[in-house]
Amino acid sequence: MKQHGPSAGDATVKLGVENLSIRYETGPALENVSLDIREHEIFGIIGPANAGKTSFLKAINRMDMFNPEMKIDGKITFNGIDISKVRNVYGLRRRIGVVFPLPVGLPLSVYDNVALAPRLAGQNNRAELDVIVERCLTRAALWDEVKDRLSSLGSLLSGGQQQRLTIARALSQDPELLMLDEFSIAVDPVTTMRIEDVLKELKNEITIILVTNLVQQARRLADRTAFFLDGKCLDVGVTEDLFTGEISDQRTRDYVEGRFG
Amino acid sequence: MFEASPINRKNLSRQKLFRFIFGAMTASLILPVVLILGTLIFKGAPVISFDFLFTNPTKGMTAGGIFPALLGTILLVMVALVASVPLGVAAAIYLSEYAPDNWFTRTINLAIINLAGVPSIVHALFGLGAFVLFFRFGTSILAASLTLAIMTLPVVIVSTRESLQSVPLAFREACWNMGATRWQTIRRIVLPNAVTGILTGVILEVSRTAGETAPIMFTGAVFFLPFLPQGVFDQTMALSLHLFVVSTQVPDMPEAVPYGVALVLIGMVLLMNSASIALRMYLRGKKKW
Repeated sequence: MKQHGPSAGDATVKLGVENLSIRYETGPALENVSLDIREHEIFGIIGPANAGKTSFLKAINRMDMFNPEMKIDGKITFNGIDISKVRNVYGLRRRIGVVFPLPVGLPLSVYDNVALAPRLAGQNNRAELDVIVERCLTRAALWDEVKDRLSSLGSLLSGGQQQRLTIARALSQDPELLMLDEFSIAVDPVTTMRIEDVLKELKNEITIILVTNLVQQARRLADRTAFFLDGKCLDVGVTEDLFTGEISDQRTRDYVEGRFG
Repeated sequence: MFEASPINRKNLSRQKLFRFIFGAMTASLILPVVLILGTLIFKGAPVISFDFLFTNPTKGMTAGGIFPALLGTILLVMVALVASVPLGVAAAIYLSEYAPDNWFTRTINLAIINLAGVPSIVHALFGLGAFVLFFRFGTSILAASLTLAIMTLPVVIVSTRESLQSVPLAFREACWNMGATRWQTIRRIVLPNAVTGILTGVILEVSRTAGETAPIMFTGAVFFLPFLPQGVFDQTMALSLHLFVVSTQVPDMPEAVPYGVALVLIGMVLLMNSASIALRMYLRGKKKW
């Protein structure tokens, strides 16, 4: 595997991954992955099911803490700091927003869903929370639809609305890094396009990792893209190169052109 | 076009047969309940009155009311709840939310299930040894209630654990991912959504506790007291034991009195069960996901 395009030295590295391997009791999920994710880029990760994409995200957020079966080897740095040495993992997770494949509207009101992360961090000033809730819902393109029913249950919104609620909730953490795991699986195409527009705007402020099973979504959004297959990272490069330019592994081209996967 | 083939007809008649069998089984279950309740109401209702519920027994318990026993049962149940609910809920939270899945946890879970199967007379002897004699509480409300609490603990733990587990894992993961600690997750998401289920379990437990006789008769309940208990270190009368006494131990007992006592006891239990059912229905109406 080799890196294509401009070298990582051109931009600040937000997240550095060196020789990352992840094992579960049932076997390896990820083997020897090394890549750099740069500040203010949308970094796409594509690949078929069981490629290790979700495990990769879990390792970044130190979710192994809640799953004793998950064993992580290698080094991940966030802002240059080795995250395995971070004592306050809660502080690390607060800087990283996560959006799951299936929308998770917590059984709280719409307002409380978005206000949860600030409250967990100790913010209890109602006026400040009001500002955060409106800002995040607006950014997630949901404000107009829910502004009149902020007190109704977030878990009873429609699937597409819940997914935008999840994004608003992730943004309420004021994250430096936003990780989206196949966010469009349960969302209609119109909502998907609205969220994609939101992501393009967000890129100016934060770094985004976009795991997706839609190759074209990666092509539309990602500045650079990695191709994962069977726990290995076969290619990392400028997204367009995966489709048209020089690549190191023929399987990458086969996948993006829909010949397997 | 839709004429029944022989196989169709066979399936249809089988379907009718099994439907009848299951229906008959259900009916035969309801019958005893109806008979018991009917007999109790028919024979016991005439003695039920304000005086029966709220005055002391007189003339060797053949006349007067059952107030000390009624009050005693309520006291026993309340003290037992104060002991068993915090302990049981805390243990269930630990087992459901914190405990790693290893041999130790599995052993504890097994022990809890076995504890639920211990006969109540064994709990009674344990209570006598531990609370009455070893801790020197004497035969008292405290000793009897603690015995009841020990007996009900496994059920409180199991029902609470079930309620906690019914809250989807995805909710917890969403919270953990935004930097919540386990306790923050439990307090803000898991407990609020499990609390009604926990309450339902507790109420069902109360109704069972109210009817128990064996665990309290060595540890704190007595046949007759001329005065009401003044504190948790006093002995008390109790409905279940009173029923036993008036049915078997007192000569010349008017026939209606035991039926009346039984009716009050079962009425109390049914009242609490209906509260639990009402709570569950209210809950279902407010289902949050």
